[in-house]
Amino acid sequence: MEPFITHTGIVAALDRANVDTDQIIPKQFLKRIERTGFGQYLFFDWRFLADGSPNPEFELNQPAARGASILVARRNFGCGSSREHAPWSLADYGFRVVIAPTFADIFFSNCFQNGMLPIRLDEQDVDELLRRAAAAAKAGTNYRLHVDLPAATVSDDAGFSKPFQIDPFRRTCLLEGLDNISLSLKNVADITAWEAGHGLPPVAAAGR
Amino acid sequence: MPAKPRTLLEKIWDDHLVCAPDGDQPMRYIDRHLVHEGTSPQAFEGLRLAGRRIRRPEATFATPDHNVPTTDRRLPIADPISKQQIDTLRNNCREFGVRLFDLGDADQGIVHVIGPELGITQPGMTIVCGDSHTATHGAFGALAFGVGTSEVEHVLATQTLRQSKPRSFEVRVEGALHPGITAKDLVLFLIGKLSTEGGTGYVIEYTGECIRNLGMEERMTVCNMSIEAGARAGMIAPDQKTFDYLRGRDFVPQDFDRAVARWSTLPGDAGAVFDRVEIYNGGDVVPQVTWGTNPAQVVGIDAAIPDPGCFADAADRDSATRAIEYMGLTSGTRIADLALDRVFIGSCTNSRIEDLRAAARVAQGYRVAPTVHAMVVPGSGRVKRQAEQEGLDRIFTAAGFEWREAGCSMCLGMNPDTLSPGQRCASTSNRNFEGRQGKGGRTHLVSPAMAAAAAVQGHFVDIREWQYR
Ligand code: SF4
Repeated sequence: MEPFITHTGIVAALDRANVDTDQIIPKQFLKRIERTGFGQYLFFDWRFLADGSPNPEFELNQPAARGASILVARRNFGCGSSREHAPWSLADYGFRVVIAPTFADIFFSNCFQNGMLPIRLDEQDVDELLRRAAAAAKAGTNYRLHVDLPAATVSDDAGFSKPFQIDPFRRTCLLEGLDNISLSLKNVADITAWEAGHGLPPVAAAGR
Repeated sequence: MPAKPRTLLEKIWDDHLVCAPDGDQPMRYIDRHLVHEGTSPQAFEGLRLAGRRIRRPEATFATPDHNVPTTDRRLPIADPISKQQIDTLRNNCREFGVRLFDLGDADQGIVHVIGPELGITQPGMTIVCGDSHTATHGAFGALAFGVGTSEVEHVLATQTLRQSKPRSFEVRVEGALHPGITAKDLVLFLIGKLSTEGGTGYVIEYTGECIRNLGMEERMTVCNMSIEAGARAGMIAPDQKTFDYLRGRDFVPQDFDRAVARWSTLPGDAGAVFDRVEIYNGGDVVPQVTWGTNPAQVVGIDAAIPDPGCFADAADRDSATRAIEYMGLTSGTRIADLALDRVFIGSCTNSRIEDLRAAARVAQGYRVAPTVHAMVVPGSGRVKRQAEQEGLDRIFTAAGFEWREAGCSMCLGMNPDTLSPGQRCASTSNRNFEGRQGKGGRTHLVSPAMAAAAAVQGHFVDIREWQYR
């Protein structure tokens, strides 16, 4: 996994609450058996009109959101199904950070598995970011944010700067781009001991 | 010093601690892993690329359900991509030694229906699946939750997970449900109260007289939709009903009485403290119908489509406005005046035998309205056979419902069972998100009896006034 340390990028403002995983990646695209190539289907039903052309109304199709790598949305982002296709499609499209007041649990942890950082900020702070992004779009420019994971802060060039909370283990995994499975397999003796203590027969040979 | 009283969740959580390496998230053991074709291919591929194997293939059970056709199973699968996903599951199970309940198998079905009915689901276990409705299994006093594909791979390789400790949330329901009110109405009512994110970060334990009085299938319906309130899992303490349900099932422990003795120690201790408690009364629940595009946008059958202006919160107002537009509704329209094009009875929420019995009781002696296309999709091969033995299939087909093979079907429309744009559907499933049942489709979530009655009348009706024939 690619480590995440700091990131500076353009903001795409998605001023909506309860964005569910069915919208992030509609089910007709879940049949692929790969992890890659999902970006083209991100927000498919919102992003494209019936004739396949881009929907000019949709937030991600606005000029100010071109090249965006930081998504800002309202609360309960990523609710619904457990499909990891949701972070896969966001990451494949180019997003590395999602900022919202709250996230659904499974989506939140799926992000970390894919080197993507979900950041919870207070409702007022998200309001402020959406306001600043809207003002920039109106002025015909884009809005950029800096995310610093070691310092755990989000800031812009115009005085906005907020700390965010992050679980220390998850932070280490992101900073070092750790593969969780290799890490866990270091503790195989503990797994074996737990199994023995719970009356399970020994496994023939543990995973490598 | 006496041990600190613990909740059901804490007992399971503590018992599954494998190790807590310095600075790392503690690892917890996972007892059962359920696998379906939709979220597993990339996990098996990950194992293969890393040269890993499954640590405990015997703790892993697989079935295809999301993509499968619900029409004649002898015909080849028309959609090549669905077929590829199902073939991939088949090959992966063969290669990695996983027990598969394949399409031709008598026990194939929706993963959350077959787990309990085969006795794979047991009290006190940790159970995961790459599917958010894994919470269903919590009805047996298990800690069961959905995980993403990376975690599926992690469990396959290590039989463990690293998860932060969830907070505990007691949702106590006192009193009794009125006649005609079902577990589905109860859980929709609760989601309406809790909101779609009220349970975020929590595991809900449902307690109270009203919950105790529910049968096992009803408990599964309630736990199933915990995720719709944002909760990681839902659970109900095991009791005699739980043990009676499990006795004699295929995969339960051989020494069943000893297992019962162990399971009987699981319910929370007197004095155990939850992080949050909410109390409701079952007597307040009327038949529920969702009107919007998330499951908390729900009202009673006697209500009308709300005016977005009446929501205090700006985001709620905005969501309601979008939902009303998407759903093609007008504020003030009575729920009972909504005409339907489609009716779907099925999904892991409501496709078990008692659900089909309830729907058949309503349909008995009636005909589906000529304007409605209605289908019944049993949750598993076993449910289907049982229903056919009881003659429910004949009641449905005589009334004009289609009678299908087991699978997820129009719950999410990954197979050919989908709504067309603009179609309005009464559905017993669990999600009414935009496009969930087909692009542009409009879903109203209801109980099986309400769905059957709506199919007959062509619009929603109050099931409490139904004339049974
Ligand atoms: S029936 Fe619906 S909710 Fe249940 S597992 Fe299948 S797709 Fe998911």
